[in-house]
Amino acid sequence: MKKYKCIICGFVYDETAGDPEHGIAAGTRWLDVPESWSCPDCGVAKADFEMVEV
Amino acid sequence: MSAPVVILGAGLAGFGVARELRKLDKQVAIRVVTADAGAFYSKPNLSNALAWQKTPAQLVAAPRAAIAAQLGVDIVDHVRAVELLPAEHALRTGDGRIDYGRLVLAIGAQPIRLPIEGSGAADILSVNHLDDYAVFRRQLAGKRRIAILGAGLIGCEFANDLAGAGFAVEVFDLAPQPLSRLLPAAAAAFFARGLAAAGVRFHFATSVGRVDRHGDAYVLRDLEGRRFEADLVLSAVGLRPETALAKAAGLTINRGIVVDRQLATSDAAIHAVGDCAEVQGLVLPFVLPIMQQARALAKTLAGMATPVDYPAMPVVVKTPACPTVVCPPPAGLDGAWREEASADGVRALFVDAAGKPLGFALVGAATSAKQALAPQMPAWL
Repeated sequence: MKKYKCIICGFVYDETAGDPEHGIAAGTRWLDVPESWSCPDCGVAKADFEMVEV
Repeated sequence: MSAPVVILGAGLAGFGVARELRKLDKQVAIRVVTADAGAFYSKPNLSNALAWQKTPAQLVAAPRAAIAAQLGVDIVDHVRAVELLPAEHALRTGDGRIDYGRLVLAIGAQPIRLPIEGSGAADILSVNHLDDYAVFRRQLAGKRRIAILGAGLIGCEFANDLAGAGFAVEVFDLAPQPLSRLLPAAAAAFFARGLAAAGVRFHFATSVGRVDRHGDAYVLRDLEGRRFEADLVLSAVGLRPETALAKAAGLTINRGIVVDRQLATSDAAIHAVGDCAEVQGLVLPFVLPIMQQARALAKTLAGMATPVDYPAMPVVVKTPACPTVVCPPPAGLDGAWREEASADGVRALFVDAAGKPLGFALVGAATSAKQALAPQMPAWL
């Protein structure tokens, strides 16, 4: 399980935790997060998470 | 090799175009020309760096060499453009001439400065850049009382960040409420109470007209002659798109550099994005429009002409003392705000005569409705 960071606001998407509040179940791999998902903190697109593994 | 795509400016807009273009075209030469050090940082983070306990240096996400390697671009740093030469497809800089195939202006905006009198007026800081922020943080050391001119988005975010770090913060604005361009009255009142509870003191319906140095501190006078003291004064009264280079080159400008939906200026080889650009009358100095522009322009530059779309783009106000998100109604549409206040927040909808929602403002606990409401809002472009 990996983590990805929003290049704009620093929000971290953790595959282990997912984003259940916005319909992404815990354990969802980054690849499987839909393109329509956006950063819960600042709203930028999934594409703006620059694969910065943390 | 063909003449490179030259991007003037190394902020979120400039690097955004570079990043998106590189995703689409591995070959094209991209050169980013910047007056600063060419590091990548996220400007929105300047106004909550204290809460995150970040120094200016720690706000740099990638130094110049790292971002250049990551994006496969050449960064010309510490070089200021002096003149655009559209007829020659070149720009003149303080360090010689740079030729371009396509030029992207991503030169941002300048802080508006109020006409203020007094011996301390020139010491008033504005922060619209990492370098400005470094100066601000150096001057903040050992200070206690901070006066902020302007209760808009940036003023309120800085006020919250400073109050949270233990500074005594006073904020002045001509409007009768904070975030006057974004929030209707009840939402604004709730927001003001939230920040006041965090220690921010607001002074509305007034403006600072005079700032005088007084030893190590400043004496401020507002329009009614009331006297305030501060150790540091920060101005956050808005931004003016940077248009001077474009204007001197004969490009069409209005409030910003005028571009069409393909983000082309009146010269087809010159594009403009970000805080300097005016797209069909809209100048939107926020992150989401920049990202939309960068993606569309990258496609156009890669040979697939693509107009920029603006879906409704909620603006998140980074004030932890009162979480706030606003989706302003599109300009020119008639309607009225309907506000529902509760103990822990305000949910405001801007609706037209038929009751159709056109925009929203959510403060406090009501912000949880953002994801559900945003898709219901009409597109802006």
